[in-house]
This record gives sequence, C-alpha cells and structure tokens, in this order.
Amino acid sequence: MVHQSWQRSLESVLIPCLAVLAALVLFGGFCALAGANPLEVYAAIYKAAFGSWNAWQNTLIRASPLMLTGLCTALPARLGLVIIGNEGALVFGALLAVLVGLACGSGLPGGLVIGLMALASLLAGGLWIMVVGALRHYRGVNETISSLLMNYLAIALMNHLVEGPLRDPNFVTKPSSYEIAQTAWLGALPGSRIHFGLIYGALACLIAYFLIQRTTFGFATRSTGENIRAARMAGLPVGQLTLAICFLGGSCAGLAGMVEIAAVQRRLNESIVSNYGYAGVLVAFVSRHNPLAMVLVSVLLGGILASGGILQRSLNLPDATVLVFQGIVFLCVLYSDSLYGRLFSGFFKKIDYKSVAIHRAR
Amino acid sequence: MPDRNMSFPLSRRQVVRGLLATSAFGLTAKFGTGCSQPTPTGTGDNKAGGKDYVVGFIYVGPKDDFGYNQAHAEGAAAMAKNVPGLKLVEEASVPETTAVAETMRNMIQQDGAKALFPTSFGYFDPYILEMAKEFPDVQFFHAGGLYQDGVHPKNISSYFGYIDEAQYVAGVVAGHTSKSGKLGFVAAKPIPQLLRNVNSFTLGARSVNPKITTQVIFTGDWSVPVKEAEATNSMVDQGVDVITCHVDSPKVVMETAEKRGIFCSGYHANQSSLAPKGYLTGAEWDWSSIYTSLGKQLIAGKSIAKGDIPHILRGGLADNFCKLSPFGPAVSAAAKADAEKALAGIKSGQLTIYKGPLKTNTGKLILPAGKDLKITDIELEKMDYLIEGVKGSVK
Amino acid sequence: MATEALGWWGVPLAIIAGTLRGSVPFLFVSLGECLTEKSGKINLGLEGTLRLGAMSAYGVSYLCAQVLGVGLAPWLGVLMAGIAGMGLGLIHGWLSQQRRVNDVAVGIAMIIFGSGIANFLGKPFIQPQAPQLATLDVANWSSLPQVQAAFKISPLFLLGVALVPVLDWFFKSTRWGLYVRAVGDSPQAAKAMGISIVKVRLASIVMGSFLAGLGGAALSLYYPGLWTERISSGQGLMAVALVIFARWQPWQCLWASLLFGGAQALGPAFQSVGIDSYYYLFNATPYILTLVIMIFTCSPQRTLAGAPGALGKED
Repeated sequence: MVHQSWQRSLESVLIPCLAVLAALVLFGGFCALAGANPLEVYAAIYKAAFGSWNAWQNTLIRASPLMLTGLCTALPARLGLVIIGNEGALVFGALLAVLVGLACGSGLPGGLVIGLMALASLLAGGLWIMVVGALRHYRGVNETISSLLMNYLAIALMNHLVEGPLRDPNFVTKPSSYEIAQTAWLGALPGSRIHFGLIYGALACLIAYFLIQRTTFGFATRSTGENIRAARMAGLPVGQLTLAICFLGGSCAGLAGMVEIAAVQRRLNESIVSNYGYAGVLVAFVSRHNPLAMVLVSVLLGGILASGGILQRSLNLPDATVLVFQGIVFLCVLYSDSLYGRLFSGFFKKIDYKSVAIHRAR
Repeated sequence: MPDRNMSFPLSRRQVVRGLLATSAFGLTAKFGTGCSQPTPTGTGDNKAGGKDYVVGFIYVGPKDDFGYNQAHAEGAAAMAKNVPGLKLVEEASVPETTAVAETMRNMIQQDGAKALFPTSFGYFDPYILEMAKEFPDVQFFHAGGLYQDGVHPKNISSYFGYIDEAQYVAGVVAGHTSKSGKLGFVAAKPIPQLLRNVNSFTLGARSVNPKITTQVIFTGDWSVPVKEAEATNSMVDQGVDVITCHVDSPKVVMETAEKRGIFCSGYHANQSSLAPKGYLTGAEWDWSSIYTSLGKQLIAGKSIAKGDIPHILRGGLADNFCKLSPFGPAVSAAAKADAEKALAGIKSGQLTIYKGPLKTNTGKLILPAGKDLKITDIELEKMDYLIEGVKGSVK
Repeated sequence: MATEALGWWGVPLAIIAGTLRGSVPFLFVSLGECLTEKSGKINLGLEGTLRLGAMSAYGVSYLCAQVLGVGLAPWLGVLMAGIAGMGLGLIHGWLSQQRRVNDVAVGIAMIIFGSGIANFLGKPFIQPQAPQLATLDVANWSSLPQVQAAFKISPLFLLGVALVPVLDWFFKSTRWGLYVRAVGDSPQAAKAMGISIVKVRLASIVMGSFLAGLGGAALSLYYPGLWTERISSGQGLMAVALVIFARWQPWQCLWASLLFGGAQALGPAFQSVGIDSYYYLFNATPYILTLVIMIFTCSPQRTLAGAPGALGKED
C-alpha cells in the first residue's frame, strides 16, 4: 500500500508532464511537415511563453481570465453537471458590471465602484448559470445544451444593447458602450503589467478548493456528484446544492467579465467574446475540476496562447498553427487522464524509475 | 512488488522534495533573470541587428481573407519590397483584447520594431493609446482611428482612405445600370466608416436617378458567410438588381449575386474574377502606394512626434488611398462617361459628395441647401445616420 | 425576365428558400450526431468536423477540377469531406472512450484541433473558385425568377432527406441498429449480449462524423459555396442541441433541420421588408426557440422519451 501511494503522487506529476511532452513531439512533427525546424519551434515557444519575466507576464495576463471561467465548469462538475455556459456568464457579468459602472459615474470613490461592479458581475454571472441549474433540477433540461444555448442568448443581448441604448456615439471604431470612469479602472500589480485579475483568479481557485475539499457544503456536493440517488436518500438538499453550486460557478465567470472590462477593455463591445469561456471549459476538464490544478493548467494554456505570435513572426508559420498546437496539447492531456493507475502496470514495467523521475524533474 | 522498490532506492519524500526544489528553482531562476534585466523602454533592444528598420503589421483576421486584411497585407508586402532596408514582421488573427497589446509589445521588444501598423479599427482604444504612451519612441500608425490633438500620445498617426469617394463613383455606375431602381448593401455593423459608404454609394446612384433607393441589411458581424448570402438572396427577392457590401470578405456576396444573375460592385479588392458577367466596378484600397511612401519616410528618419508625418493622414482617389476596379462588361457607355466625369470631379475637388439639402431617412435635416461637408470634414467621421433614399435603420 | 419586388411575400419565400438552402448542413450534422448519441456518446467536435469537411471538399474540388472535370470533381470533394470527417471521428471515438475521459471535453478540444487543421491546410483555397455541385432546378416552370432561384435544390439535400428513412429503418429494423440502441441505452445489457461496446460506439461516432463531413461539403460546395475560416458559425454546435430537440429520431431531425435552416433566413428577410431593429435578437431565434421548447417538453420525473440511457454518463 505504501508504494501505491507514492506511485500515485509520482503519477500525478509524471502523467501531465508526459502528456505535454508527447504533445510537443507530435506538434514538432507537425511543424516539421510544415517546413519548420521543431527544435527552433520549441525554443521559440519557450522563449515566448516562459523565457523571461516579460514572457511570464504575457503568459500570466492570458492565464488570469481562464482561472475564473474555468471555475464555471469545474464547480458544477463536482456535482455531476457538465456546464459549458462560461462564455454567456462572462458576457452577462461584463454587461451588468458595465451598467453598474456607468450608473455610478465618476462621483463615487473608485474602490467602491470597483466593489459594486464586482458584486454586480458576481450576481449576474451567478444568476445566469443558476437558471441553467434550475432548469436542470426543476424541469430536467440537459444543462450542457441549455448552457450552450444561453451563450448565444447573452452574446445577442450584449450586441443588441451596445448597438442600441448603451452605444457611445463618439466611439467610432466599433459599436461600444460608454467608457467607465477612470477611477473605476483596475490597475496592475506593482512592478508589472499584470492586472489584478490574476489575484482574483488565483484567490477564487484557492477559495473554491477549500470550499470543495474542506467544508460540509463541499462534501455534500461531492457526494451528490458521485451518486445522486444515494445523496437523495441520505436527505441531502440536492436542489439547493444544484442552485448554489451553479451560482458559485457562474459568479466566477461573471467576475471574469468584470475584470476584462475594468482592467482591459473599459467599455463593452463584441471584443468581450474572445473564447475565454470555451478555453475555460477545457481548463476545467484538463485539471480534472481540481481548482488548484486549474491555476497551473491556466498558466500552461496562457503560455501556449502567448507563444502563438512568435510562431508567426519568427518562424513564418501561419496563424492557424497555434490552434493546432492547442488542439494537440488538449487531446494529449485529456488522453493522459486515462493512464492514472495504469502507468506503472503497463508501459513502464521495465524502465528504471529513478532515471525517468529525475529526467522528468528537469 | 518488491523488485520495483529495489529499482527505486530513493524514498518518496526525497523524490517529492527534489521535484519541488528543481521546479521551484526553475521558476525563481526565470523570475530572477527576468527581474534583473533593465526594464526595456523606448525602441527596445538591439536584437534586430541594428541594420534593418523593422516595421510590424498586425491583422485581426487571417492575412488571406480576400478582403480587408488581405488588402493591408498586400500593401505591407509591397512596402517591404519597394523600400530597401525595411524589414517586415507580421502577426495575423490577433483579437482585439490584451492579445494585441502583448503582440505590439513583443514586436517592439523582441523584434525591435520601430514602427507599428495595427490595422484593425478596434485596436485603437485602449490598446494603441496605452502602448504609444509606454513606448514614445515607437511610431504607431492606425487605420481608421481618429487622432485627437492634446488627448492622444504624440507618436500616433491615424490614417485612412476616403473610400466613400470610390463608392460614390461606384454608385453612379450602379445607378445607371439598375433597372428596378433598387440597390442593395450588405453591411456588417453600423459604424461611421461603413455608413459613409452606404450613404455615398446611394448619393452617387441618386445623382443619376433621384428615385433610386438602397436597401441595407446588417448581418451583425464582420464575417458571417451564411448570413451574407442570405441577405443577398433576400434582397434579390425584393427586386434589388445591383448589390455591394462592406464586410470583411466580400467573396460570398459577389458569388451569390452572380449566381442570381444580378449586378454587383466590389469592395476592398478587385473581385471581378468572381463575377465575370455582373461585376460593374468596385471600391478598392490602394495601400501599396501609401505604405510604400510611409516606409520611405520612415527610413529617411521622419517621425510623427516631431511633426514630419501628420497625425491625421487621409486621402481619397486623388491621393491614391483608394481606386476603382476596371469597369466590367455590363457597364454602358453612358455610365462610363458619367463615372469618369464624377471621378475627375472628385479628383479635382470640384465635386462635393455631401452637399445640402441633405436629409436623413428619418426626415432630419443634416445639411441645409447651399451648405456642404467636404470629404475631409471630421464631422463625417462621426456619421450615425442613413440618408434619404436608404432603407434601413441604425437605431 | 422582369425582376419584380415580392414585398411581404418575400418573407415566406425567403424562409422557404433559406430552409432548402441552409438546412443541408444542419441535416447532415444532426443525423450524424443522432447516430453518435444513440450509441451513448456526445460529439461536440462536429463543429470542427464541419469545418474540416468544408475545407477538404472545397480543396479537392478545386484541385481535381482539371483532371476530373467540373461535374465530377465536387463529388470527389464530397467524398473526401466524409473521409476527413471519419479521420476526426476516429480520434474522438477512440479518445472519448478512454477511462476517465469526458466526451464533452474531447469534443471541445476536437473543435479547436479540427478548425486548426482546416485553417492551416485551407489557406490556398480561400481565393480560388472551386467547381460547385450542380443543382436540380425544379421550379423552372415558374415565371418568377425568385421562385426559380429558391428551388435550386442541391442533390446533397435530397441525399440527406433520403438518408432519413434509411437511418430510421436502420435503428428500428436492423440488427446493427439494435446494437447501437442497446449500447446507448444500457451498456451493461449490451455487454451481456456479447456486443462490443467500444467497437459499436467507435463505428457510430466514425459514421456520424462521416455524415458531418458531408454537411461541411454542403457549406463549401453548395451554400454559401466557398471556403473561409468563418464558414461555419456554430452550425456544428447547434446540431447537438438540435438532436435533443428532435428527440433522437431521424424524422424529427429532418423537421428540426428545416426549422433551423429557415430561422437563419429570418433576420435578413425581415430587414429586407423594413423590420430593421432587433436583428441580433432575430438572429438568435433558433437558440431561443430550442431553449423554450426544451423547457416545455422536458420533465424532471422521467428522462426524455427516446433519450439514450447512457448519454452523458461516465461508464
């Protein structure tokens, strides 16, 4: 039993590493077919994603919304719900945040406005996904599909409003809402250009982890997720749990929308829809709905996204290359999940573990 | 499984500690080396070799979309070809989020770019404005934005072509060719640049036949092929017989129009090969000449901030910012004559497109009789109305 | 051939025409998804399959036009689209059946991967014009050009419609159909019957992806009839909802596809007769409609009639 538990810890380090390694090899092969030197590609990716403080900032900036949108899938998943409405919750959260931000104007102190905007986005995103949960619980509507449909609804609503009642006629480059007051802008962490969204994201993941792993609520949620019949029979309030966990998940995605507005875009327009939601779904699944692992996976994906540019600029690969890269990494990492518990009984029977472990640790 | 333990003499704790230590070291080492570097300012470091003048181009979509982005990319390629000593770095499919800010930063810091051309409308505010503030020695050229003196950083120049001049002439041709008196316009989103095109196309057509109307349909997005085809088809069903568009990739509109046997007028680039029978003419960008001339000025050491290059760079048909596609086979001699006349009038400045009396399609008077708005008027860059004769609304 | 305005009559005509034109990809993707879901797995990746299918069909049609002529080349393209779809289906079918691997997540990764490959390989095909599938012009009797244009029916549409009874018969009356249903409804029972769950699901997903690939060919070789990176704006994802809407029944997939295809035409058709506000909301009608119908027809007491029992459950 003892060595089974170290096997498990070793596996949880080895498997993701191996998966990423396999993805890199596959992608290298792809690049070689496309006429680029794989080694150059690896060097460029490393340099652009993790090679310097500057690159790290780029990576972390891209990672921060993913932590929040990822929770929108990860939390309900612990109760057994597969929700992909992250994009919609993010858009709706951003919409409400902008409305509150504009309503407050510049009269109120900035911190207060930011707080109110955050609150509005938490409520908005939370309620948005809670609707999905309620439909699931009270009407038996498939939550994956309804949340998918609600994405389109939120985007249509947002587009309608920014081209209509919310539109700032003096902003000529695209139909957008008015700008929120400068006092309500979310600044950057000292000594960097990374905005506070990263802290929000990391904190939210930490809180989510403790909520799920260390509280009765989390225990009840996990029990329901494992066996809903047993949970019902044990008298757990499944309906309330469903609504609560959906609310929490949605509120995180909503907050991501608010951060995107307050820290980056300052006004609402179609740019708010930039695939943070669907990327968040993948982040959640790849990290097996573990909020702490999500922080790492978000950083990994942030790094991949950050390296997209250099593949074009230095290696002359087309813009679609980074999509292929993302696809390969996700497929490999998703596949690697199935290796847990099989790694040592299967492939590695005859391999010297010491050298493998130490090699990988580097 | 005792033999397994044999081959692995280290204890579990040692391994975990080792793993943590190495990875933590790696992380701090990276942070450490990163922090110890001086914060780069200005034009970045000398990685470019100090020889070539590096110019960065950023596109919102793929470089080969047969439309807006391709027009810019071809202009950029011409600039690199025609200006010796100039090196081009490009990045495509960059969304209008922090992604574009990071791309600009990398072009400056890693590639040593000294001038940037982020070509999408939405890059301007806030991304270009912020980057320009942070890197005062880099020159930023933006297509379609509106530089405001005293408000925006000094190293920004916003350039754009008065392509509505070309649309006016295309409208003249369309007005001559249409039998039903109904023109169609497939539009993406109601922004001023687009509304100018709708309105001037209509004005051009109504200068030939004052009864002509233009139906406009907004698809709601810059590239939604099915909706664009659907919009074209439904307008043809309503009797529209000349169609033009302002979307990112006009290919689908042109092909659909040709299939339905009506006439079409191109946009962004020359699409005559897509509609050999029905293609009348088209409003095309001519970025090659502009980019080449800007490239030569940059190489010569001219700068926006010093005032050598104007902050607001605009031009129309006369200044080679845009041009017309060659007339197609369906254009009558009379239409050609009128179009040539309008073209000459616009080039010489004799012909003013927006002149009073001009009313919106909701009946509001924009310009009283006798007044006019020159094409260069900044007022036009805030256009938020459709003129009389256009069917549609901007809400 | 005087072109006359149809006025308000244009709206129903546009919807009928839009239905005939726009429903083809929906039909193929939903039939494919229906087959996939009947076996107990969801494939969200059909969006990626649709794009890769569109690109392959267009590319092959363009490249082979010289050799095969404009009549045959598109058909080879259609076939290639299906084969490319099968390739993606193979990955999805294998991966989504691994232990602890969720099919929804694999699907989203497959959207990214499929679109990436399609965009990467599709660069040279954006500009050129590839020969299109010939259409059957069944309304040439009409004197109205609008009606003539509306009833230019694609052979792919007829193929799709013909597939509906075939698939229905397959599910209801064949041994293989029974296997698929058994695997989808109660894997344990199927196992007891000696059916290989993995093989049946793999076959269903691969065939489903083949159909989705054909749907892509309909986009690039019939309507709108070109290859761009934005060719599919979510039709593949919608099809997943559409199958639930259709209760996993091929005939209802047909009606639902027609409805969704028609709904696409709604926004532009209304604008062309002067109803020009709220177009974003009009464009969202298919989604709202599906949601509303799901709310009214679902019930917490029982699973949906026709729903495969193993759908959305981990094995």
